[in-house]
Amino acid sequence: MAEQIEYSPSLMERWRERLPILLLVPSLIASFIYIFVFTGWTLYLSLSDSAQLPSYGWVGFENYAKLWSNKRWVIAYNNLFFFSGFYVLGTMIIGLLLAILIDQRIRGEAIWRTIFLYPLAVSFIVTGTVWSWFYDPTVGIEMLVRSLGWTSFKFAMIKDRNYAIYPVIITGIWQSSGFAMALFLAGLRSIDQDLVKAAQIDGASTFRTYYKVLLPVISPIFIAVAVIMLQFAIKTYDLVASMTNGGPGVSTTFPAIYVYDLMFQRGQIAGGAAASIMMLLALAVVLVPYGLYSAWQTRKANEHV
Amino acid sequence: MSDVATLEDLEASRAARKSFFTRIAIYGLLGLFAFVYIAPLVVVVLNTFRANPEIMSRGMMAWPQELRFDAWPRVWGTYCLNGRCEGMAQNFWNSVYMTIPATLISTLLGALNGYILSKWRFKGSDLLFTLMMFGVFMPGQIALMPWAYILGTTGLNKTMWGLVLVHVIQGISFTTLFARNFYVNIPDDLIKAARIDGAGFWRIFWKIILPLSPPILIVTVIWQFTGIWNEFLYGVVLTTGASQPVTAAVAAFSQTGQTVREFDIMSAGVLIAAFPPLLVYLLGGKYFVRGLTQGAVK
Repeated sequence: MAEQIEYSPSLMERWRERLPILLLVPSLIASFIYIFVFTGWTLYLSLSDSAQLPSYGWVGFENYAKLWSNKRWVIAYNNLFFFSGFYVLGTMIIGLLLAILIDQRIRGEAIWRTIFLYPLAVSFIVTGTVWSWFYDPTVGIEMLVRSLGWTSFKFAMIKDRNYAIYPVIITGIWQSSGFAMALFLAGLRSIDQDLVKAAQIDGASTFRTYYKVLLPVISPIFIAVAVIMLQFAIKTYDLVASMTNGGPGVSTTFPAIYVYDLMFQRGQIAGGAAASIMMLLALAVVLVPYGLYSAWQTRKANEHV
Repeated sequence: MSDVATLEDLEASRAARKSFFTRIAIYGLLGLFAFVYIAPLVVVVLNTFRANPEIMSRGMMAWPQELRFDAWPRVWGTYCLNGRCEGMAQNFWNSVYMTIPATLISTLLGALNGYILSKWRFKGSDLLFTLMMFGVFMPGQIALMPWAYILGTTGLNKTMWGLVLVHVIQGISFTTLFARNFYVNIPDDLIKAARIDGAGFWRIFWKIILPLSPPILIVTVIWQFTGIWNEFLYGVVLTTGASQPVTAAVAAFSQTGQTVREFDIMSAGVLIAAFPPLLVYLLGGKYFVRGLTQGAVK
């Protein structure tokens, strides 16, 4: 009979075994406070009677009812839909066009890419501030065109409640389409070159090769880019804050602007918290289906292997 | 025989002519877009050298009539923002003191977390990782009130350390994600072999993991640096006046109640605020792009 060795790990060994978990604990605690405790806290505030300062008297969904009957909030989320539509489509169209152009074995590719991507390194605050000057009729584009001879030219959209959102959309697209380009380009570059050659040998034109062969292959990237851009759109704050700050009047209010305004300008913490929870829900509506979709895709890929 | 040859020549020259025009169209379109992307930067740079009255009378988009350099020292040291006439130097240094520690700490923590979550998995570690990833998508507005309360009661809102703490904790989700997804691709056999040789947790980290890490560490540092430097919402809410970061100073340009807007000075100001992340972008190049695509798609 073999001798049975009673194995009892020493204190030192047990400590070593637990070390990884112990090292992870501070990060875990901090992250969970940040993600779950803070979200729960804000959720509670949105159901409370907080005004200038947080207070914890329960009022149920009253703040949400008030929010949805508030005209400015309705403008804010209408703006969000309008902005998101144009912004997502605009960045994707321009991004895809630039990616395809760069994919044509051009000279100085790195330089072109650097040019189209540099706005990404600059903050929305800087971009928004600079573009707000360009849209300003007294010093910007209107002034330029007039000085070239067309003296009755008018370009003052940013001062007009009905049109002020368009400059914001254009600036957003200018800032972000390089990002879409980078993602599309990464997708195009990951395609098996044999596929491209096969299409060319079959006599397909460049246009047909992209339309019929390459773009369908990278279709998951279209969904990814759309989701990322939608996520940006929902979080849009800096860009609007620096360009119009929600004006003229309240015409370019966005949900994020509304949250800030209620919490820190009007002393309506509970209302601001309710609005921020609506932002979280909007993100969840976009991201949860996408998360499930990617999990499903991964599982499908694993089954095939 | 010769007929075939000329036919081929004819087709080849036709194809060459076609491709010549296609090339022109490609470069033309690229040039047009490049102009739209570069022009705003050029306009702003030129305006820093112009006198404000000239800008006001001829607009921002005009060639400088004389070159002046005084906008730069003025916006740096004496320009009045929110009632303080000390320029934006202090705000710039605030951003430096906030961004560098926050970037380094969050990157190191991320590397350690990523190492544990990929090479020292335990029961439930994948679930914990998934839960941590919620932090990547959370909108800042959700955490705004809790942060304001905590930093206010601890007095951290008066120093840059409050924002460092905020950005480290907010950044951990991203940095852990980057590192973990990179380390997952390091073969487990390498770690196993090292453990058989008697190497422990730290030895494997120093001798195997870290030497393989430079690519992902560079990506993470660039991502964190540009993100934290450019952040605005927390900067403007969680600090005040002289302790605000540089983005808040730029935003104040649009809000100052001055009757005359000094475009020469403001142009120099936005360039000062944009310079560090632009420099990182130009030096980081492909790593910057890699970070963007990784941070986005995952």
